[in-house]
Amino acid sequence: MSRIKEKLKQNKKLLSIYFTAGYPKLEDTVEILEQLEKSGVDMVEIGLPFSDPLADGPTIQASSQVALKNGMTTNHLFEQLKDVRKTVSIPLIIMGYFNPMLQYGVENFCKKCAEVGIDGLIIPDLPLAEYQEHYAETFKKYGLINIFLITPQTSEERIRQIDATSEGFIYMVSSASVTGSSEGFGEEQEKYFQRISSMELTNTLIVGFGIQDSKTYTQATSHTNGAIIGSAFIKMILEKGLYGISEFVSSIRKV
Amino acid sequence: MNYNVNEKGYYGEFGGAYIPEMLYPNVEELRQNYLKIMAEESFQKEFRALLKDYVGRPTPLYFAKRLSEKYNTKIYLKREDLCHTGAHKVNNTIGQILMAKRLGKTRIIAETGAGQHGVATATVCALMGLKCIVFMGEIDIERQAPNVARMKMLGAKVVPAISGSKTLKDATNEAIRDWINNPVDTHYIIGSVVGPHPYPDMVARFQSVISEEIKVQLKEKEGKENPNFVVACVGGGSNAAGAFYHYLDIPEVGIIAVEAAGKGIDSGESAATSALGKVGIIHGSKTLLMQTNDGQITEPYSISAGLDYPGVGPMHANLFRSGRGEFISITDDKAMQAGLELCKLEGIIPAIESSHALAIFENRKFKEEDVVVVNLSGRGDKDLDTYIKYFNL
Repeated sequence: MSRIKEKLKQNKKLLSIYFTAGYPKLEDTVEILEQLEKSGVDMVEIGLPFSDPLADGPTIQASSQVALKNGMTTNHLFEQLKDVRKTVSIPLIIMGYFNPMLQYGVENFCKKCAEVGIDGLIIPDLPLAEYQEHYAETFKKYGLINIFLITPQTSEERIRQIDATSEGFIYMVSSASVTGSSEGFGEEQEKYFQRISSMELTNTLIVGFGIQDSKTYTQATSHTNGAIIGSAFIKMILEKGLYGISEFVSSIRKV
Repeated sequence: MNYNVNEKGYYGEFGGAYIPEMLYPNVEELRQNYLKIMAEESFQKEFRALLKDYVGRPTPLYFAKRLSEKYNTKIYLKREDLCHTGAHKVNNTIGQILMAKRLGKTRIIAETGAGQHGVATATVCALMGLKCIVFMGEIDIERQAPNVARMKMLGAKVVPAISGSKTLKDATNEAIRDWINNPVDTHYIIGSVVGPHPYPDMVARFQSVISEEIKVQLKEKEGKENPNFVVACVGGGSNAAGAFYHYLDIPEVGIIAVEAAGKGIDSGESAATSALGKVGIIHGSKTLLMQTNDGQITEPYSISAGLDYPGVGPMHANLFRSGRGEFISITDDKAMQAGLELCKLEGIIPAIESSHALAIFENRKFKEEDVVVVNLSGRGDKDLDTYIKYFNL
């Protein structure tokens, strides 16, 4: 059984962290992964940097640019991850935009993911219909789970469709926003979390976008099974470096 | 063979809608409604009336006698430079603002490179009393101060794009991010035949008035609707899409797309996407795209700020790939000379974008009896600074 499904079966609120591969330093990737696992994080999204990240706010944009300047490439990331499964056992997901994967060759990309022990992919700009028509089989062949996003504007019909295609979890975008919004969650989000939760979908719900501290984490997970933190983690790394990881993770989980 | 968009939003293998889920409702709303709205009689009536009385259409199809004599062929210029605001861009912004109103949108966003599309959008927003926000690369804001001032006078807010390379592609990214943040009340007026389906088709339809008029006007002047060749410059490709539109499926009409070679195709400073691009995804569309081997989008260069887009509209990618269109790239130097030549021979100062199309005559032979229509997409007022520097005027 896939590491993602195994993890989702554990009856607890999950904490997942996103970081940009190659940031702050090119060779930080594996060490960040190891520290995240040690700190008790349940799952990690490794960001494959892209020059034009449409769905991302300033923090992840900036980290992507630095990572690219540092020399991060698709090949180099796979090279770094070659032995990662010797030291890291939590589920690992690559999150990135479709163009770099298209250039690498989608089949080749999936094959490499399977070789190094990646469990799933999140590709914001690969639409559901394209995935089903052209890529679903390839993903399955290499045992990769594709994670889809839903937003407060996604229609119920489409959510059901996404639920039927997903296996694992659904990535619930918290609000109409790019990543890194720091406005916190209000009544509107609360209602949205409740509404989706009451749909009783087959797949687990994990919330992302706008989660930055223990308060927003608790709000996001009150009606769902977990939350993903990206921009806030990257900001922390910029300020405190890799030494800040364990403190950051415990600060999120403290109640 | 059909060179128009299919029901899935593709031109051959190009097009589609590669957008994050956050944009899906906006784009889907547009996709479901755009053809219906455009077909409404009230829409057509309002659109046509504004094109006539506000934009000044039909624009003349002018027989360029002295230019024709020099190159020993029959050259007609489609005078889009005479449109209100100085270029063809306004055909599309008029259409889209009417579309936005019918969709109940109250806030308009747009991207702009040199500022022409920004000005055309600010203009129609003023006309309709809608809020207008234009994203423009920080570097372009410095380079194009007069257009920034124009937009401000017209009541638009100009927001600098400070991400990435701080030019057109980044301004487009910022506009898309704004749309993600404002999914309900906002319509995004894209300025070219790029972006996710249905944008390339919708913009091409609004611009298709250009070839619609050419057909009628050429019939009056030459006794036939079809020229031997239609020539247009291509950045994203909206003026070209408009000039080619009604000729796409008429094989005896040659279609010539002129791209900006910048300092030369192999110089590393170029915007000739058909020569340098590979299949990729930019701004929600699968098309030919200038990028690194690793799939990172690269920054194009051209002396003309309207042609330095790293991709090209999916319609044009398909015209190139299928061989239906002839693609030629013209360097900065050749374009500048062709622009100056039009000034001297015909008394018309063209936009540098259009000068690229005019340079075709120094670079390709036509027969004496050929009728060649060049789409003169814009006027050169906005480029005076560049002309002054280049020619030490």
